[in-house]
Amino acid sequence: MEREIVIHVEELTKQFGNFTAVDHISFDVVKGEVFGFLGANGAGKTTAMRMLCGLSRPTSGTGTVAGYDITRQYEAIKKNIGYMSQKFSLYEDLKVWENIRLYAGIYGMKDTEIARKTDELLERLNFARERNTMVKSLPLGWKQKLAFSVSIFHDPAIVFLDEPTGGVDPYTRRQFWEMIYEAADRGITVFVTTHYMDEAEYCDRVSIMVDGRIDALGTPRELKERFCARSMEEVFQGLARKASRAD
Amino acid sequence: MREFGAFVKKEFFHILRDKRTMLIVLVMPVVLIILFGFALSTEVRNVNIGILAPSPDPMVRQIADKLDASEYFTVTQWLNTPDDIHAAMKADEVQMVVAFGQNFSGGLLSPDGSQLQMVVDASDANMAQSYTSYASGIIAAYGSEMTAMGQDTGILSQVQFLYNPQMKSAYNFVPGIMGLIMMLICAMMTSISIVREKEMGTMEVLLVSPVRPIYIVVSKMVPYFVLSCINLATILLLSVFVLGVPVAGSLAALWLVSLIYIIANLSLGLLISTMAQQQVIALMFSGLLLMMPTMLLSGMVFPIESMPWPLRGISCILPARWYVAAVRKLMIQGLPMIYAWKEIVILASMAVVLIGTSLKKLNNRLE
Repeated sequence: MEREIVIHVEELTKQFGNFTAVDHISFDVVKGEVFGFLGANGAGKTTAMRMLCGLSRPTSGTGTVAGYDITRQYEAIKKNIGYMSQKFSLYEDLKVWENIRLYAGIYGMKDTEIARKTDELLERLNFARERNTMVKSLPLGWKQKLAFSVSIFHDPAIVFLDEPTGGVDPYTRRQFWEMIYEAADRGITVFVTTHYMDEAEYCDRVSIMVDGRIDALGTPRELKERFCARSMEEVFQGLARKASRAD
Repeated sequence: MREFGAFVKKEFFHILRDKRTMLIVLVMPVVLIILFGFALSTEVRNVNIGILAPSPDPMVRQIADKLDASEYFTVTQWLNTPDDIHAAMKADEVQMVVAFGQNFSGGLLSPDGSQLQMVVDASDANMAQSYTSYASGIIAAYGSEMTAMGQDTGILSQVQFLYNPQMKSAYNFVPGIMGLIMMLICAMMTSISIVREKEMGTMEVLLVSPVRPIYIVVSKMVPYFVLSCINLATILLLSVFVLGVPVAGSLAALWLVSLIYIIANLSLGLLISTMAQQQVIALMFSGLLLMMPTMLLSGMVFPIESMPWPLRGISCILPARWYVAAVRKLMIQGLPMIYAWKEIVILASMAVVLIGTSLKKLNNRLE
């Protein structure tokens, strides 16, 4: 069965003066997929992701995200995606429910719907008692779970996760990835960047950027076979060694 | 619009839940007013002076009594020879000596007049200026009294202090403090609060969301706008009821100028926030590039007229300079608004330019 394509990118390029941050990249991501977007620092991951999120306009190339053109319909794109970065993106001095209310409101959700889904979410996360807790007094792992739940609260087509597990212990990371799978099962496409190669193994497909280009793209198993490597770590090391750009 | 309301509410939460900042913001104006009003006064009060009179005749005594009776001076020493002046000054017993010539009262009635000299410790030049002008004032007043009594004394100088007859320093610093506080709250706090969101990573999330960036920044400005208005009211109430500095002109005009000034500073804060990535940088920007020049060059402490031209030039680009000048005219001198048109036009143009530039920079950054 052919699955619906939610991100489609062709020859996407971004230049800053003489510097080509993203160099003619092309790829597709299908609905419900967990797509790993890997690359060393400075390889162009962030720039590429900013273009997909409608924060930056491509120099050349085309692309659609959730069916909208990234060069023209970026306002529509913003309504249909979620975003979370490693900084957790919640307001520390707002209560748990206030954070949810604020972000849900931004995406135009109705008050009654927000109230219903907030109860549901807090119940599911076993957070009901923390409803009125200031986010700053939550443990790191909880903040992270909450931040992720908030980023998909409005049921976006795609959620972009920018190194979501930076600085978190392996156990919490594992739990976090369970949440990612749950979201993917609900049909939300997950576009995730990471520096942890064990996490790369969890992805359905992985792309590896080197010097602004995508040098490898496929399932973790395919990539390991193609590069005769035992782990994604080795695949990544082999590719990254060829990079000419320093950090 | 509903979302804008939610954002404004969130900004108020940020401020209200940060008790320390809240306290500083609301208490700072009160502390500054009290400090400048009662402790850091540049007024002349109970300055010790000496009188050098080789022949202490009745008229010399009368003048000395007048000086002593004023709240400004206390006559602590009667000196006999000019050498005593230096001795008394060095011992820090007196700050000023009023020296009368030989046969002072006799000389007054003669066509040549008689001589009086003020020797003053000028290590603090500004205060020395004040001492001599206060003393001259008292002596002149004595002179006109004598004239009125039919004695032609030959002391002719007459001084009248307009708008601030009691020479209160509060009249000078109240406009300055208004300028400083509103700049601190609007420019500094706004820029820091926007940059904080960049640092925390929440700004990124907001930019990826459908909310319009202009909503984000305008909602940041609203609470600081409200706080500035509260502070302005506090300062005015304190200055009228505690310091006894009246609002001589139209209160409405004063508020109008203040609102323009507040808007200019809010946009300045936004401009700083588009340039700084970290709160420390925003603080440095507003502290060093705004606060220092505002305190030193806006005319709130030192008179602009006596600055060399490069500094006068710099003072022209400070919104506070024009604001302080306008407040002096509207509040202290009680002039109608038309007399402050130049300041108002300059402030308004500054506000327009600042809003334009900062919004343009904000949009560029997003591109």
